[in-house]
This record gives sequence, structure tokens and C-alpha cells, in this order.
Amino acid sequence: MKKEIFEPYNVSDNNFEQCVKCTICTVYCPVLEVNPDYPGPKQSGPDGERMRLKDPEFYDEALKLCLNCKRCEVACPSGVKIGDIIQSARIKYSKSKPKLRDMILANTDIVGTMASTFAPIVNTAVALKPVRKVMDSVLKIDHHRMFPKYTGLRFETWYRRYAEKKQQEFDKHVSYFHGCYVNYNFPQQGKDLIKVMNAAGYGVHLLEKEKCCGVALISNGLIKQATKQAKHNVEAFKKSIVDKKMPVISTSSTCIFTIRDEYPHLLGVKNEEIRNDSELATRFLFRLIDEGKLNLVFKKNYKKRIAYHTPCHMEKLGWSIYSTSLLKMIPGVELVQLESQCCGIAGTYGFKKENYQTSQEVGKPLFNQIENSKVDFVATDCETCKWQIEMSTSSKVHHPISILAEAIDVEATMKLWQK
Amino acid sequence: MKFDNIIIGGGLSGLTCGIKLAEQGKKCAIVSSGQSAIHFFSGSFDLLSKVNEEEVTNPLESMKALPDTHPYKRVGLDKIERLTNDALHLLVRSGLNLTGQADRNHFTLTPMGVMKPTWLTLSDFTSFDNKDSFPWKKAVILNFSGFLDFHTLFIKDGLKKFDVQAQIKNVSMKQFEAIRKNPSEMRSTNIAKEFDKENAIDEFAQKANVLSDGFDVVILPAVFGLFNKTIADKLKEKIEKPVLLLPAIPPSVPGIRTQITLRERFQELGGTYLLGDNVEEGVFENGRLLEIRTNNHGDIKFEADQFILASGSFYSKGIVATHDKLYEPIFGLDIEGDSDREKWFDEKIFNDQAFMRYGVKTDQNFRAMMNGEPVENLYVAGSVLGGANPLKEGSGAGISLLTSLHAAEQILK
Ligand SMILES: Cc1cc2nc3c(=O)[nH]c(=O)nc-3n(C[C@H](O)[C@H](O)[C@H](O)COP(=O)(O)OP(=O)(O)OC[C@H]3O[C@@H](n4cnc5c(N)ncnc54)[C@H](O)[C@@H]3O)c2cc1C
Ligand code: SF4
Ligand code: SF4
Repeated sequence: MKKEIFEPYNVSDNNFEQCVKCTICTVYCPVLEVNPDYPGPKQSGPDGERMRLKDPEFYDEALKLCLNCKRCEVACPSGVKIGDIIQSARIKYSKSKPKLRDMILANTDIVGTMASTFAPIVNTAVALKPVRKVMDSVLKIDHHRMFPKYTGLRFETWYRRYAEKKQQEFDKHVSYFHGCYVNYNFPQQGKDLIKVMNAAGYGVHLLEKEKCCGVALISNGLIKQATKQAKHNVEAFKKSIVDKKMPVISTSSTCIFTIRDEYPHLLGVKNEEIRNDSELATRFLFRLIDEGKLNLVFKKNYKKRIAYHTPCHMEKLGWSIYSTSLLKMIPGVELVQLESQCCGIAGTYGFKKENYQTSQEVGKPLFNQIENSKVDFVATDCETCKWQIEMSTSSKVHHPISILAEAIDVEATMKLWQK
Repeated sequence: MKFDNIIIGGGLSGLTCGIKLAEQGKKCAIVSSGQSAIHFFSGSFDLLSKVNEEEVTNPLESMKALPDTHPYKRVGLDKIERLTNDALHLLVRSGLNLTGQADRNHFTLTPMGVMKPTWLTLSDFTSFDNKDSFPWKKAVILNFSGFLDFHTLFIKDGLKKFDVQAQIKNVSMKQFEAIRKNPSEMRSTNIAKEFDKENAIDEFAQKANVLSDGFDVVILPAVFGLFNKTIADKLKEKIEKPVLLLPAIPPSVPGIRTQITLRERFQELGGTYLLGDNVEEGVFENGRLLEIRTNNHGDIKFEADQFILASGSFYSKGIVATHDKLYEPIFGLDIEGDSDREKWFDEKIFNDQAFMRYGVKTDQNFRAMMNGEPVENLYVAGSVLGGANPLKEGSGAGISLLTSLHAAEQILK
């Protein structure tokens, strides 16, 4: 018999008709569990969509409480794109205008540029109690939140000054989408990525000009700007992937998820030409090793007990297995897989005063797991999970690529392919 | 990515296979596109409840009357008894608490107030030896105010047949005020989440004790213990009268806990469980399945020595029926069933529906048939198999458990 392709018939752009009303999604929604004001995935998603199509007045502003974690989609037996339906409805129907605070939180790159230029001042200022009180009362950014520190030397500047030239020495090349966090807050992660990729035999390049992926713009309702940036990025990716045949890798699960899936699903920005070659560095490395094209040599004295936390977007991508597989390859690593639960931060969501409590309650089961796991530190692929976990537990958090950078014997690894 | 075995489908069948193989040291992965039918579980595993319209007392004995095409017959009746024991032990090792035996069905009370024969029952629920009597005379049926998924009137009516005097009472608690505000969220799983936190159980038990004064038994909806595995036992300790839990409208709280328990067992044994990913196709060579491709993993191939298809029936899209065709959507495997569409349905929906018996065709070793030839290393287990109507004959969990163990044994040979 010839293979039949299962093509469900949908009248809508999304697939809310596939819903069989089983309510399984509501079991796994982390917000519903702690905040009864939220109508939940079934009600906000497929059920609400049916109503909204009849009359947009049925739109409920409570939909902004959705974290866009997509855990409902992962659980749904019928493949309903519940999270997408909810986010699209917010884009289409929400009448509430983004506040100044939302604009500040959403514009990670503009704010980052300004802040890193004045890093010593900004870091001291946002850390000061009175300043945080003002941010809390005027801007409604919760005072419990410590802003991540801004760096004095941006990753891009560091790269041009100290790393760019050396990248030409390699035979194989990739582009690196570093994202705002690496550029403005934590260049070390980008440096670690270059160290690992160079050890693997790849030169690392920056895109012609990357813009923030726009995840925070989307969640804060700044859709026009998000779409503009998305189009810009797709073009920049094309120059690398299509013109130069250089795949694009990233260390941020959220950026990559946004570029691969949210661009076409939420913003209607087409990305077929670049989607397959835009991925996480961990997946890129895993593929090389899996296909026998790369061997990593590890230091003998690296010994750590590490817990891996699966960020929501990694759960949706299904890609945490690449990170955990790489970590398990390090002989001295004892890996504890934490039960996959949302940490509650969801990007800028948890920074808002009105969400602080929900955010912390959502994360509580995960924090308890971490405190009980007795590990040296936690590993995860998402920078906002890192802030949240470091703020809410006694544990430090490192990116799998940074752990590899620490554990790899660079010279020995390079020798394997240099011959 | 290379595994010893890859299982497609993470429901009862896929998990049973996975646990069995992982216990024997196999490196296994389960890929499942979404949550499974266990979420709708009544709390009892059926082996065989009805044959030729007659209620079954001894399933092992009554299996002899099944047609030769039935999965139990094809596994071989000589093996079935041993496999039922193995299945029970596997579930118990995984942390489930069960009562029942394969050579004698016991009964559970349904939410319709009817005694239903079954094989293994979770300790949350009460099993009865006798379908004609009810051990208590005066029952209080407690429900949560605003909870519409527990049909107390049906229960009360059903109990009349046993000469039981039943009274319905409602309980309100401030812990449930918040979820009550949103009527669509007053569901069993949300009530269960409140109890999971352990700060509602004492107050609830106190109220139940007051309300059950003068009654012999307290009847409650089974909304205890979703992620928290001890709360149902705590409840029974704190309530002075015997407690009889009855299933509410699904999703089922004990069912979800069962799914989680089995999944955790599989992962503790080193298994990789990939949820939310759809297997899209396979690469075959010389009658063997070499690798599968999934939606999330794209060009990264998933290779294994043996594969098991446990993708469920129509409900889970393991088999798909459209207006003019019936097919297995991943590989296009051969289907056991009538090609004549006229024969699929009986217009009377409670009659035996022919299409319920349709499924993937296999050889005698439960290897999938493709274009008339068996695929050497692709085994089939659970409700994606044809040859039975589990809902009609009450054999759903039994077929899943026993065919999965049988498939695992073929692989371990
Ligand atoms: C609503 C309902 C209630 C039931 N209640 C009972 C009961 O109380 N007692 C009883 O004994 N039996 C019951 N049954 C019978 C039930 O069919 C079996 O007991 C058993 O749960 C079936 O398990 P399974 O693993 O074969 O299939 P399923 O549980 O259907 O699991 C199949 C899994 O495969 C996945 N899948 C499908 N296609 C793909 C793909 N392409 N890629 C990846 N994954 C895929 C699905 O997402 C699903 O998770 C019930 C059945 C239903 C439908
Ligand atoms: S899990 Fe999927 S099918 Fe079930 S109610 Fe939610 S959206 Fe609908
Ligand atoms: S995306 Fe997350 S927060 Fe939003 S409805 Fe789904 S599960 Fe709930």
C-alpha cells in the first residue's frame, strides 16, 4: 500500500478544529495551577478562538497571563497549536497598549546598547535599593528582580578586536547568532562557544548585522517592530546560509525557537530557506559526533555533578537531548535530569510586578527539585531560566557550551582533525 | 542517534514495552506525539469482560472462545497466564498498587452505579467479589459544590438496586473558591492539584467526617493524587468511615498518575522519553527498518536494531480513517480490515462496530506486514493491532500489556 499523507482539513489559519475537547492541555498548564484568573489553554485557545471568530468582543485580556511556554502543545494528543492560537489572538485582538515599562523590557537591544555603554553606572544604579524601589513603583518592574549585569565590553566589540582574524585560519565555517544576552550581559558565553567550535575545527563568524530576535517584542505586543526585525534577520541569515553556505548556530534556545517557529507562525515572516540550517550549537555538535565527523577529547580532571533543567522552548523543540547527550559524553560528569517543569520567568513576564507572584509560584516545584538535587550547579540552554534559577535558588547555572568549553582538552581535540 | 530499541507511542503499550526492554538492559527511546489513552482510564485494567455477549468470570478460560484472529489467541493461550503474571509484576515494580487476578474477574462500581467485571484495579478504588451485593446499607455521596463532572444522581439511582439508602451532600471549601470562579476549570485535575498541595486534606476530611455521621460509607469522586502519590492514602486514613472512590468524567486523576508513574519508571531505568514529537516516516532497506524521521529531529536520524509500533488506535491516530480510506499513517503498513467501506460501520452505534477491530496486519511473530511481506525488525503492540474490539469486550489494557510483553520477548529472544 502506498503511504497516505494525513492532512487534516482546517478552515482556519490555525488548527483549532482539531481539538477533541479532552482537556489534557489544562492538566499541564503551569499558570492555571497557580493563577485562577487565567482561563487556561483550552478556554483561551481552541474554545476561545471559536468564539472570537464569531465576535472579536469575546477576546479576554486575561490571555496576556499565558507564558507562551507551549507545554500545552507538547501534551495535546491532537496536535492543536494551542500556544500559537493564544499568541495570535493577543496580536490580533488585544486593545491594551504596551506601557513604557513593556517597551523598556522588550527593547533588549536598544536598552542593552545604552546600558552597556554606561555599564558601571547602570549596574550600580539598578542594583541600588532606591532605584529598584522607583522601578517597582513607577515602572512596575518588580523590586525583587536584579537586572542582569551589563558588560562594559560588548561581545561584538570583543569579537572584532580579539577573535575575528583568527577565524580565517579554519577550513570550515559557521555563523553565530549570539543574541542580546551574550552581547550585552554575558560575552563569556560567546567566547566559550568560539573556543568549542574552534576546537571542533570551525571558524566562527558574526552575521552581517543581527538584530534582537524579537521574542520580547512579540510578548509585549510590539508586533510591527518585531516583524521588521524578523524580516531583517531572515535576510541576514540568508546571506550566511544561502549565499555563503554557512549554517547559523546559536546558544539561546529562545532566540532559535523564535526564529524557526514564531517568525512564520506568529509574525507571518517566511523562513523556509533558512529554517533547517538555523539551530542550536549543541545540536550542530551532536550531529557531527553522531555522524562520526568529530571527536571531542576531555580533560581527565573534570569532575562535576550537574542537574539539567529543560527550558520550556527546549521541551517544545524536543532538543534537550542534544545538550544532555553532550554533557553525558564528559567522563567526569554525573548528570541528574530534572523533571521538566517551567521556571516561571518566561522572558520579560516575570519582571513585571503584576506577574511576580505567579512567576515564583510556577517555578517553586522546580526550585525545590534543584535544592534537593545536591549538585555542583545546574545546566540549561536558556538565559532567562538562568536568571530565574540563580535568583530563586542557591545554585549557579551554566550553559552546556560553557561546560564543554571548560571540560574539553582543546589541543588534544584539535590534533585529531589537524593531521 | 542510535538506540537498541525505539518505540513509537508512549501510552500503556509503549511504556510496557519500554520498561520490559530497559529492565533487561536495552537502551531504549520512546517517541510520543502527545499524551495517551491512559489519561481516560477508569482506574481498572480490563483483561476480558465479555465474550459472545456473556459476562466473563474467568478470563483465562473464556479466551478459548475468542476467534483465532484475536490478539490473545495469536500470542498463544499457553503463554497468556504467564504473561498476565509478568504484567502484574511489571506494574507493581513500577510503583503501582493493584489488586486482582487473571483467572477470576472482580468487580468495580462504575459512576453509573453498576458493577463492572475487571482484572486489575488501582488501590485508590474498591474491588468487590460479588456483583449482586453491596457491603454497606447507608451511603453518603459527597461532591464539591460546583463540580459538574461527578454525576451523583446516577450513583444514587444505581445504588437503589442494592437496597442502599444514599444521600447526596455538597462540600464547599475556600481552597476551591478560586477555581470555581471559572466554571470550565472546576475539573477533577484542578481539584486534585489543590489537594496535592496538602493544605486542603485535613479540613476536607474533617468535613467529610461530620457529614458522614450516621452513614456506613463515604462515596467520593476520584480527584485525589495527581502528581502527589500519597494523598489518596492519607485521605483514607483521615476519614473514619470506609471510603469508596468513583471515577469522575475524564481526564482521570488516577489515570494521569499511572501514566506519570510508568513514564518515571522507564526514565529511571535509563530510557529516553520524547514527548510532543511526531514520527513522520521510516527508511527501509531489504525488508528492514533502518531509521525513523521525526518532526523535531529533522535530518538527525533515529536508528535502532528493533522498532516497536505502539501508536494506538483511531483515537491516537495510530490508524486513520477518512471517508474513503483506512490507513496506517507513519509507514503505510498493511491493514487488517475490509476494503469495502459499507462494512465499516453499523448504523446502530452500540452494536459491534467492525472498524473497531481494524488495525495493522502482522505475521505470527507480531512483525508488521508491508506490501505483503513482514518487516524483519518492526514489531507491533497494543491497540494499533487489529482483531479485537476492546471497548465491547473489555480487553483494552489486557491487549496492550500482553501484546507489548510478547513483542518485547520476541526482541529479547
Ligand atoms: C477514552 C478511552 C478510555 C479507555 N479506558 C480504558 C479503561 O478504563 N480500562 C481499560 O482496560 N482500557 C481502556 N481503554 C482501552 C485503551 O485503548 C487501552 O487500554 C490502552 O490504553 C491503549 O494503549 P496504547 O498504548 O496501545 O495506545 P494509546 O494509549 O492510544 O497510545 C498511543 C500513543 O502513540 C502516540 N502516537 C500516535 N501516532 C504517533 C506518531 N506518528 N508519532 C509519535 N507518537 C505517536 C500517541 O500520541 C499516543 O500517545 C480506553 C480507551 C480509550 C480510547
Ligand atoms: S489537549 Fe488538545 S485536543 Fe485536548 S482539549 Fe486541549 S487543545 Fe483540545
Ligand atoms: S503556553 Fe503555557 S502558559 Fe500558555 S496556555 Fe499553554 S501551557 Fe498555559
